[in-house]
Amino acid sequence: MNTERIKRILGRIPVHVIVISMVVIWLVPTLGVFVTSFRSRQAVRTSGWWTVLSKPSPLGQQEYGTACASCHGAGGKAMATADLSDPEVVAEYMKTNRLLPLLRQGVNGQPMVQDPEWQALVQDTSRTKEALDALSPVSQYLGTLSGSGQAVEYGLTASNWLDALVGYKGTATYQKDCAPGVSESGKFKCNASDLLNPEGMARAFLNSLLVTIPATLLPILFAALAAYAFAWLDFRGRMWMFALLVGLQIVPLQMTLVPIAQLYSKLGLQSSFIGIWLFHTGFGLPYAIYLLRNFLGGLPRDLFESIYLDGANHWTAFWKLALPLSVPAIASLGIFQFLWVWNDLLVAIILLPGNPVLTYQITNLIDPRGGNWHLLTAAAFLSMIVPMLVFLAFQRYFVRGLLAGAVKG
Amino acid sequence: MVPKIMKQGTLTPWLYLAAALIIMLVFIVYPTINTAVLSLRDKTGTQSAAVDCVPGQACWGVFDNYHYALTDSEMVQALRNNALWILLTVPGTVGAGLLFAVLTDRVRYERLAKTIIFLPMAISFVGAGVIWRFVYYLEAGGGSQIGVLNAIITALGGQPIAWLTNRSWIVNNTSLWIVWIWLWSGFCMTILSAALKGVPAELLEAARVDGATEWHVFWRIMFPIILPTITVVATTMVINVLKVFDIVFVMTNGLNGTEVIANRMFKFIVTNQGRSMAMAVLLIALTIPIMIINVRRFREQERIR
Repeated sequence: MNTERIKRILGRIPVHVIVISMVVIWLVPTLGVFVTSFRSRQAVRTSGWWTVLSKPSPLGQQEYGTACASCHGAGGKAMATADLSDPEVVAEYMKTNRLLPLLRQGVNGQPMVQDPEWQALVQDTSRTKEALDALSPVSQYLGTLSGSGQAVEYGLTASNWLDALVGYKGTATYQKDCAPGVSESGKFKCNASDLLNPEGMARAFLNSLLVTIPATLLPILFAALAAYAFAWLDFRGRMWMFALLVGLQIVPLQMTLVPIAQLYSKLGLQSSFIGIWLFHTGFGLPYAIYLLRNFLGGLPRDLFESIYLDGANHWTAFWKLALPLSVPAIASLGIFQFLWVWNDLLVAIILLPGNPVLTYQITNLIDPRGGNWHLLTAAAFLSMIVPMLVFLAFQRYFVRGLLAGAVKG
Repeated sequence: MVPKIMKQGTLTPWLYLAAALIIMLVFIVYPTINTAVLSLRDKTGTQSAAVDCVPGQACWGVFDNYHYALTDSEMVQALRNNALWILLTVPGTVGAGLLFAVLTDRVRYERLAKTIIFLPMAISFVGAGVIWRFVYYLEAGGGSQIGVLNAIITALGGQPIAWLTNRSWIVNNTSLWIVWIWLWSGFCMTILSAALKGVPAELLEAARVDGATEWHVFWRIMFPIILPTITVVATTMVINVLKVFDIVFVMTNGLNGTEVIANRMFKFIVTNQGRSMAMAVLLIALTIPIMIINVRRFREQERIR
């Protein structure tokens, strides 16, 4: 190795550092949600998702260690008269408002807590609230020691995903409430029919599919027909109509929602799938026609002439020639429209309130106090799986469509 | 254009166009006109907006909804925020996209790196909202911080920060802008990267042989050549940012100084149609000049080619 080469490699290090750190920054937020969706409720609330690979010490162990271990021993068994591994002894003191008076009282005139700082805190009646807060992890650890408390489940589990799918919002998990042998728990039947619970993500997933698939296919079909007319048929007003259509692309969706919602309530189409299909079709059409016309117009003329000489008419030319040849353009369009409709929230809230789709259902789960991250993260990931797979599988077409659309007027 | 041999009836084109034209008339043209009309009506859409005028207070008669949309204190805040969104996120997304396009061009794992930056494009605004609410999460009850940002800050010995409900509206807005940059940089990167690959290799080679540094190669050669594309990307981003709604709706719902026009409009849809529609018209009015610039630029670019 000569110095020239080493210099070159060293000179490239900054590039690698910037690229890799940007990739990491872009990836970490999503990774956090993914990891969290597999952790239990208590684990999520008590420790960050990045600790998932380390073995965390049980909650309160450290506090117990400083405050009580000197007399009771690390395992709580050092005193035969007050064996803290005995559930019956501990049951009384798992509430902090029972534990604090006991500690204040002391044993035979001797303070129960050895650590001077803890002792001062416990004895000071003006700091009762602070003392109760400080004792909370200790009493929790007493429960863990005796086996009567609820230990935090740090292992990874798929139960959040199941809870999200069926729409379980209780304090345990769907799996525990519907243990084998239980045939009914609250509103759940404990069988596959729970997947249809209107509050569940499974039902929302189905609704999203029901909205998205027709709302992707319809605009492509109609746009292909119209684009064929603009490219290979002759009629008056061809040019200015196409120009007008390009202009329609700028109309913001928000502008049209209210009049359409009013129209729908007159026609009895409110909260109907047909209504939302047509709306998305209307909004997808200008760009779809624009893209497909440019593609079809770019196909060689000879192709169309020769199929015509063979006796075909426009209808067969459209189905046998134009459509098969425009598969790449249709693929780009399809991905765009699919992602757009699948990820939409606004249209779904206003036009389809009765059949919540995934995005809508997620906003229903958001808890400002952060009490259900375990559910919310699983639900969010459920909604992201399909678009991510579509995106990764057809990225080539997506980029192509993007480049064609980026220079649009 | 159309070959002579491809005979057709007079009606044929209209059969092909019928479905698309009818749907676009009903779903785009009609509601746009209707929105403009409703913006001049009162909150129920039945009377002229002038009925809401209170004697002794400033009123624009039938245009009173526009008076509200341009002068109400919440709306002024929304307009200010929209302006800041444009001023800060457009350079942010385009800059990050350009930096990444230039740098990944020089590494072997280009495809993988680009896919990761691009991936947020597949995620819904709602999904992104959940992802970033979790990043920004503040544990106020004294437990350990489970949001990445506050965990880092407390690990370094600092005080955790309320990223979305801060007393300072600048902090709250900055948190939202970061989410936007995360979402859209991939879009900018992809288009700019395609433009960069179109820069003739001989040109770059010649400059390097003449002893130009990479810094000069970028600013003197690459940058001028891709400048038209940068403009197109930037204007596209301006239009996207103007309509920003979902991110704000999911993350803060416009509270604590983060209101934007589209979210304000959504809040009024039920309670006061006239005002809501005036805001919609305001949005499109703001979009049109940018569209015109975009079309002009595109034509120039075509001519140069």
